[in-house]
Amino acid sequence: MNILALDGVVKTYDKHTAVDHVSFNVPKGSIFGLLGPNGAGKTSLIRIITTITRADEGQVLLDGEPLNSRHPETIGYMPEERGLYKKMKVGDHLMYLAQLKGLSKSNAKAAIDYWMEKFEIQDWWTKKVEELSKGMQQKIQFISTVVHQPKLLILDEPFSGLDPINTNLIKDEIDELHRNGTSIIFSTHRMEQVEEICEHIVLINKGKNVLEGRVADIKDQFKQNLFSIHFSGSLPTALLDKYQLVQQKEEQVVVKVESEQASNQLLSDFLQAGVYIRSFQEILPSLNEIFIRQVEQGTPKTATHE
Amino acid sequence: MNKLWLIIKREYLTRVTRRSFILATILTPLAFALFFIVVGFIFQYESDDSKRIAIIDEADMLKKRIKDEDNLYFKFVDADLETLRSTFSETDYDGILRIPPLKDLLSKEHTIYYYSDKQPTLDIETLIKQRIRRSIRDYKIEALNFKKEELDALDTRISLDPEPIEETGEDASKITGAIAAVIGAVMGVIMYMTVFIYGMMVMRSVMEEKTSRIVEVMISSVKPFQLMLGKIIGVGAVGLTQVAIWAILIPSILFIVNVVFGFDTSSAMEAQASAPQVDQEEAEALAIQVIAELQNQNWWAIFPLFIFYFLGGYFLYASLFAAVGSAMGDDLGEGQSLTIPITIPVILAFYIMFVAIQAPNSSLAVGSSIFPLFSPIVMPARLAFGPPAWEVILSMLLLAGTAIFFVWLSGRIYRVGILMYGKKVNLRELAKWMFRRD
Repeated sequence: MNILALDGVVKTYDKHTAVDHVSFNVPKGSIFGLLGPNGAGKTSLIRIITTITRADEGQVLLDGEPLNSRHPETIGYMPEERGLYKKMKVGDHLMYLAQLKGLSKSNAKAAIDYWMEKFEIQDWWTKKVEELSKGMQQKIQFISTVVHQPKLLILDEPFSGLDPINTNLIKDEIDELHRNGTSIIFSTHRMEQVEEICEHIVLINKGKNVLEGRVADIKDQFKQNLFSIHFSGSLPTALLDKYQLVQQKEEQVVVKVESEQASNQLLSDFLQAGVYIRSFQEILPSLNEIFIRQVEQGTPKTATHE
Repeated sequence: MNKLWLIIKREYLTRVTRRSFILATILTPLAFALFFIVVGFIFQYESDDSKRIAIIDEADMLKKRIKDEDNLYFKFVDADLETLRSTFSETDYDGILRIPPLKDLLSKEHTIYYYSDKQPTLDIETLIKQRIRRSIRDYKIEALNFKKEELDALDTRISLDPEPIEETGEDASKITGAIAAVIGAVMGVIMYMTVFIYGMMVMRSVMEEKTSRIVEVMISSVKPFQLMLGKIIGVGAVGLTQVAIWAILIPSILFIVNVVFGFDTSSAMEAQASAPQVDQEEAEALAIQVIAELQNQNWWAIFPLFIFYFLGGYFLYASLFAAVGSAMGDDLGEGQSLTIPITIPVILAFYIMFVAIQAPNSSLAVGSSIFPLFSPIVMPARLAFGPPAWEVILSMLLLAGTAIFFVWLSGRIYRVGILMYGKKVNLRELAKWMFRRD
C-alpha cells in the first residue's frame, strides 16, 4: 500500500518544464528520499503534493485518494525556505499553526504541551520567537510541522542550518515518528544523510525521474563487484595475473570480479596462495557516486526490484 | 471559513496588542490635545509688562474718554510736549502720545505721534490706533451734527437663504453649503488617509511574510487567497478600531481640555478681542445654527454610506497593495516603483475631492464619484450635499463589484508572487501571473 502515488505528473511554468512526467510511489510507513541537484524540480514536486500548486497533467493519489483540499491537514511540510512570525510568542505561534492544521484548541494545546515537554522547552511558551536562537527556532519549526500528527511528513532539507546536536535530536525524532508509522518524504541533495536515513529513494534531474527504488536494491544494481582485501605481507604474482586490480596500495588491493558469486572464488584463491588476510569487504557504490554518475549521464534508469 | 477566521484573528490581535499600536492610538489624541493647549495658551497669552502712556490731546477731541486696558494705562496730561520730553526719564511713563488737532473735519487721514525710547509693540500700536480712530469718529459725528443711530443704519447686512422650488423640498439654511463642504472635506481626508495608512500596512506585512519565509509554511496549511483575504480583513478591522477610538478620544480629550484649561478652540478669535467687529451674540447664534445644521444632516444615511465607502475603498486598494507586496523582493526600494500605479489614482481622487466640495454637481465631481477608483474618496465628500439616489446606488454597485474583482485579481497575483524569489518583477510580469494556472 502506498501513502503517495504519482503518475505522469507534469508542471510547466511559462516555457520551463519544472516537472516532466514524474512517477513514483511512496510506500506507507517508509522513509523516502526525494533526491536531486538544486533546480531539479524537487520543490515544484513538493508544492504539488502539498496542494500549494496543481499538476498540469498526471495524477497524485494520497492514501489512495486524488488530492483534495482536506489533505493539507494530513500532511506536515517543513519547507527549505522556512520562517516564523518573529514578533509572536512561541506558544501562540504553535497554537496558531496547529489550529490552521485543523486541531481544536484543546487538542492543539495538549499536543504542543507534549512536544514542548519532550524538548524540555516548556518555559518558552511566553518567549517571543525573535528572542530564540536559530537552532531553537528550528525546534519550534519542527514541532509546528508534526504537531497535528500528519500521516505524511515532508521535510525539505531539514538539517540545513542545524548544529550537530540539534541535527541528532531531530534525527531521533524522525526515527521515532517512523517507528510509529508516519510516512516521511525527505528531500535533500546531501547524499550521506539519505544513506543513513532512507529506505526508498527517487532521483530527480531536470524535472525527470532518473532512478527509483529501495536503497539496497539500487546499490546492488550499481555495484561493480569490487572487493577490498586488506592483507599482511606480499601478494604472489599468480594472483596478480589472474585478477584485475582496480587499486593497489601497500597491503591493500581492490579487485574487480566478473560476478557476485566469484567473490568466494576470489577469497579462496587468496587463502590458498597463503596470503594472510586481515579483512575482506565488498565495496558498494555510495549513493553519492550513483547520484553523480546518473546526473552526469542524464539517462533514465529504473531499478528492477520492487 | 474557520481558517480564515483564525487568520483574521491573528492579524488583528497581533497588531492591536502591539505596543506601537497602543501608543499611536493613545498618543495621537494626546498630541492633538497638547497642540490645542499650546495654541490656546499662545493666543490667550497676555503681555505681562504694563505700560503707562501719557496723552497730550491738543484739541481735546477725546474728551478724556479712553479706558485703561489690562496692562495699558492712559493718562491725559496738560503739560506740553517739550516739558514731558525733558522730564521723561524721571516720570514713570513708557511713552507719550500726542494727538494734534484735525486739519479739517472731512479729512480722512490723521497722524498722531508716539514718543518713546522704545518702539511701540505691535499689539499696543494696533490697540492705540483703534481706540483713537473710534474716539475721533465719535468726535466727528458730534462736530458734524450727525445722529449715531442714523449712521449705523446706513450699513445693511445681507444674508442669502436658499429655498427649494417645490414647497415640500428640504429647506436648506443659509449655511448648509458651508457645513456640507466641511463634512465632505473631513470625510474625504479621513478616507484618503485610511486607504494609504492601512493599505501600506497590508503591503508591508505581505512583504515581511515573504522575506521571513513564513509564507511557504502558511500556504501548506491554507490557501494563499485565504491568507491574503484574512490579512486584508484583519488589518481593516485594526483600522476601524483605531479610527473608532480616535473618534471617541479626540472629541472627549478636547472637551476635557476645554473644561480644565477654561478655553476653547475659538479662543483664537477671542484673543483678537481688539478687532472691532466681534459680536459675541452673533458668534453664539452661528454656533447654534451650525449645531442645528449638523443635526439636520441625515446621519442615518451618511454614516452607513461612509462605512460602506470606507470598506469598499479599503478592500479595493488594500488588495492591490497586497498584490504589489507579494511581488516585492527583500529590497523595499526596488519594489517602490510598483506602488506608483496604485498611489496615482488615490492622489488624483484626493484633489478631485476638493473640487467636488466646491462644485458638488459638476460633471467632474459626478463622474469621479461614480468611477470606482475615485468614488471611495470623492463620493463621501459629496454625500452631505445630498446627491441623487441613482448616482449613489450606481456608484456603490460599481465600487462593490470592482472591489470584489480586484480582491480576486490580486489573489491571482499574490499566489504566484509570494513564492517568487530573487526575480525583478515589472508590471508586465504581474499581468502574466494573473493568467497563470495554479
